[in-house]
Amino acid sequence: MTEATANGSGGIAREAARVEVYGIRHHGPGSARAVRRALEEFRPDAVLVEGPPEADAIVDLAADPGMVPPVALLAYAPGEPPAPGEDPASGSDRRAAFWPFAEFSPEWQAVRYALDEGAAVRFCDLPAANQLIPPVPENATGDDLGPAHEGEGDEGIRLDPLGWLARAAGYEDAERWWDDVVEHRDGGPSPFPAIAEAMAELRERVAEQPSSKGLPPGYLLREEQREAAMRRTLRRALKDGFERVAVVCGAWHVPAILAKVPAARDDQVLRGLPKAKVSMTWVPWTHGRLAERSGYGAGVRSPGWYAHLFAAPDRPVERWLTDAAGVLRQEDLHVSSAHVIEAVRLAEALAALRGRPLAGLDEVTEATRAVLCEGADLPVELIRRRMVVGERLGSVPDDTPMVPLQRDLADRQRRLRLAPSADSRDLDLDLRRDVDLARSRLLHRLRLLEVDWGVPAESRGKGTFRETWTLCWRPEFDVELIEASAWGTTVAGASAARACAMAAEAESLAELTAVVERCLLADLDEALPAVMWALADRAALDGDVAHLMDALPALVRALRYGDVRATGTGPLRTVVDGLVVRVCVGLVPASRGLDDDAARDLLGRLDRTHAALALLDDAAHTARWHTTLAALVDRDDLHGLLEGRLTRLLLDAGILPDVPDRMARAVSAGAAPARAAAWVEGFLSEGGLVLVHDDVLLRLVDGWITGLPAEAFTGVLPLLRRAFGEFAVAERRAIGDRVRHLDDAPSAHRADAPIDPVRAAPATATVLRILAPEAKP
Amino acid sequence: MTQPAPGASPAPGAADSGAADSGAASGSGASPDDVLRPHAEQQYAHELALLAEHDDRPRPPGWLLSPWAVTTYLLGGELPDGSEVSPKYIGPRRLVEVAVATLATDRALLLLGVPGTAKTWMSEHLAAAISGDSTLLVQGTAGTPEEAVRYGWNYARLLAEGPSERALVESPLMRAMRRGAVARVEELTRMPGDVQDTLITLLSEKTLPVPELNSEVQARRGFTVIATANDRDRGVNELSSALRRRFNTVVLPLPASEADEVEIVARRVDQLGRALELPEAPAGLEEIRRVVTVFRELRAGVTGDGRTKLKSPSGTLSTAEAISVVTSGLALAAHFGDGVLRAPDVAGGIVGAVVQDPASDRVVWQEYLETVVRERPDWSDFYRACREVS
Repeated sequence: MTEATANGSGGIAREAARVEVYGIRHHGPGSARAVRRALEEFRPDAVLVEGPPEADAIVDLAADPGMVPPVALLAYAPGEPPAPGEDPASGSDRRAAFWPFAEFSPEWQAVRYALDEGAAVRFCDLPAANQLIPPVPENATGDDLGPAHEGEGDEGIRLDPLGWLARAAGYEDAERWWDDVVEHRDGGPSPFPAIAEAMAELRERVAEQPSSKGLPPGYLLREEQREAAMRRTLRRALKDGFERVAVVCGAWHVPAILAKVPAARDDQVLRGLPKAKVSMTWVPWTHGRLAERSGYGAGVRSPGWYAHLFAAPDRPVERWLTDAAGVLRQEDLHVSSAHVIEAVRLAEALAALRGRPLAGLDEVTEATRAVLCEGADLPVELIRRRMVVGERLGSVPDDTPMVPLQRDLADRQRRLRLAPSADSRDLDLDLRRDVDLARSRLLHRLRLLEVDWGVPAESRGKGTFRETWTLCWRPEFDVELIEASAWGTTVAGASAARACAMAAEAESLAELTAVVERCLLADLDEALPAVMWALADRAALDGDVAHLMDALPALVRALRYGDVRATGTGPLRTVVDGLVVRVCVGLVPASRGLDDDAARDLLGRLDRTHAALALLDDAAHTARWHTTLAALVDRDDLHGLLEGRLTRLLLDAGILPDVPDRMARAVSAGAAPARAAAWVEGFLSEGGLVLVHDDVLLRLVDGWITGLPAEAFTGVLPLLRRAFGEFAVAERRAIGDRVRHLDDAPSAHRADAPIDPVRAAPATATVLRILAPEAKP
Repeated sequence: MTQPAPGASPAPGAADSGAADSGAASGSGASPDDVLRPHAEQQYAHELALLAEHDDRPRPPGWLLSPWAVTTYLLGGELPDGSEVSPKYIGPRRLVEVAVATLATDRALLLLGVPGTAKTWMSEHLAAAISGDSTLLVQGTAGTPEEAVRYGWNYARLLAEGPSERALVESPLMRAMRRGAVARVEELTRMPGDVQDTLITLLSEKTLPVPELNSEVQARRGFTVIATANDRDRGVNELSSALRRRFNTVVLPLPASEADEVEIVARRVDQLGRALELPEAPAGLEEIRRVVTVFRELRAGVTGDGRTKLKSPSGTLSTAEAISVVTSGLALAAHFGDGVLRAPDVAGGIVGAVVQDPASDRVVWQEYLETVVRERPDWSDFYRACREVS
């Protein structure tokens, strides 16, 4: 045992006090077990754990039955709204830090032991208030930046001391070495004295070269501060009269804690450090995020395997392979007990061959591949996902300190029966049901707050009343929520405030309409008026027809959603009315003198606007639109692509009497070949299916082509080929079929065949029920 | 039997194979120098002896070397006295370790992979290192009879004396069981299903009953089976899950990197050249690299720089084929050329290896030649040579 009578440090400790320091690897199951055993033997009355001392107040929650690891301590700066214009999602300057704990974390075991046995628990790291402010190295001058080439690789010791020990022991992989030496041990003498000695040796070696090469800036300074804080906490614990004190910290810090440093010097190191205002809380964490480098830099690649090592009372290899067989059986892969037996034998033989005391994850995986999976890689990957990583989400008790926004969300989640889970799953919502509508609104509101818990997925069903979401809760959402709490105390309030802010900052009209659409989806009545005002102002000022046309479809869609979602859309209607008029006015000048690319852009906008107006279904607007198009199509300087397309749109609307003449004119000898080609392309740009099903159009095109004089046909042929070449092969074949039978039965598809009212009656009744449920057929 | 190894595989019913009980595998007495291709244990006898001398680790019953030494034999390494063991298999270490650990737990080993991934090569060397005898071999074909796996009879003796031990003709597997050695089954999936089934109980019970004599053969410790099979060919007999379950499976991959593959080809070409006593011709590493590049690119369906998509030919274009292309090229260079391996020497071999299906593969090859080879400035000699032969 590393034992020190801490009487040299300031003379405050009494002679009788005993201190033991356990150097651990963060998230190491073997360390966890060893710490637990050592604590049970030592029976301390105070346990100091590496972590922020602000958490002392909430550490009792760890004993709550509602607390299920993985969880993390979260330190955040409360009440600071994100700076305007700054993207809150960028994590570069995030004012938050985490200390994650898994069931198999030694720190967690130490905390739980102390709480169970009634010992005091204190966190002994540098306060989070100081840690949130990055340290400024005092002499960050030219020295550090120079290409100093010193003792090769020594700078790596500090960042990865265990990696160094492992290399010294002839291992390539530090995890593996630690696994063999510490994690896979069961029983035997405590490993801590040896670890402390090894670390002391390493630190001495590093101390000879106080270089910060290869380290993050300020790393050394921060380390000095942290270790001073650890010593100070220890001194205070002794002063408070505890007699048996256990310290659990990263192995690297052990010699520093035991070092006899005068209290005055530590106080000087810690004096006057800049402080942030912080709040501490527990948040649920996931196994996958244990590797996150925050708080302390320790990660694990195979949390599922470590959890298993810690949880399995004995025979870890046998149990693991039996579980693996279970996973494979669930997937209907045939695995017998005999397989498992042979897999265990192979894993053990491999371990012996490689000179390891116990089969590790590598050996077990090889055995799984060679025996259980019969050489196939796919099931091995399945095992890796389900078991080696083994994603799971912890939970925290209800009385954990939370910001009001988190509480509001938790409340809503409960009410809407939407529990967060780390696995992603799909959720189908039927917006005609109240609960689903409320769920959809909640998810849309969260998205406004950058909490992408739900991501809209491609909807499986048809119809506007259906929404499909992919739900996946990530631990950092708690941080987003805490940051977003600057916007408000409820999800609705905060998202409304955020929407208003986004509307005020929006740069373009399209951005603004997107905000409107999101507000409507999220049903933010409070925000809507302000956003609408911003939109109307912007639309009035924006002279660019392209922007107006881009904005229109989203707004029209929003109007229509209003019908399904029962949102008030009065102000929106006003904005849309204004937009349509402006577009109609501005379109003619905007379509003058365009080159090919600009014409193609405008073509897309025309189509989208046309579709939007069809969706709007307002007689006055449609008439205005058609008049505008009719005026446009007769202009001589119109691009061929646009003229073809407009001709077609007007033909469909039934207000252009002389289409055959126009077609002939467009491709006649006087027209430039390129323009003629563009015209045909524009005219047929909707795809071949239209030709298959629209008999009138097909006859028109057919009549035009067959009516061409022989010489003209040769000239037009390449243009036709180009237009028809865009169609799918099947479509072309179908068009050919239809043309072949065009003359056989001229009226086979026409509606003028007499209708048998008796046979039509059931169909009519059904259609009536769909269109008007209340109406009696 | 398609290719009887010297003294090893007695054809069932052959009247003169009464020497079956002799056990030794050196029946026909050809000296290693005369044979076309000496066995692994003959070719590397020196290394095996050295390994055995330095091997102080525990050996599983029936093994001539410890598992560690077997691993070193296959992967190469240096012995304490400084002598070198050449690598036999160039590839992931873990595969070899899994294979050796499998055999050490007296499980049967199934080596799976596309043709030319050194399945047979690895099985031969494993058997040579573990039992000192790689000749206890059953070569699986569509016509392999059950006698090749169990036992047959010397009918002359059977008629003259009635059933007796002396009339029994043992299969290689039976001999391996008696001696506690490693038996090899090549091309397991080509054997008819009912012959495969014979292996099921043999592998689980480790006994082979001889009801005619009212006796049985119980396997001695050290007995195990290495089978090879390829999972790409069509028209093979799929293994039943009962049989599959009795094997640990190791899938041998194609070489991971170009450097690995070049090394494999260069090393093998060197060895083969010596064995075939080709006139000394320096195997141009450049030419080998080119062959390997062509093989890898066509196999992967994309050029090495990832820029151009290619069609893949119907053949597997394994490393083994690359080796044979270079070897034949060397022979050409030595006998008909100027003694240095040049593009025209390998061109014919490459075209032959790539174009297996005369219709579709020729198109693939021509495309590759015109779009990729032609564009490479330093490949012009190769392009010309290929144009000549195709």
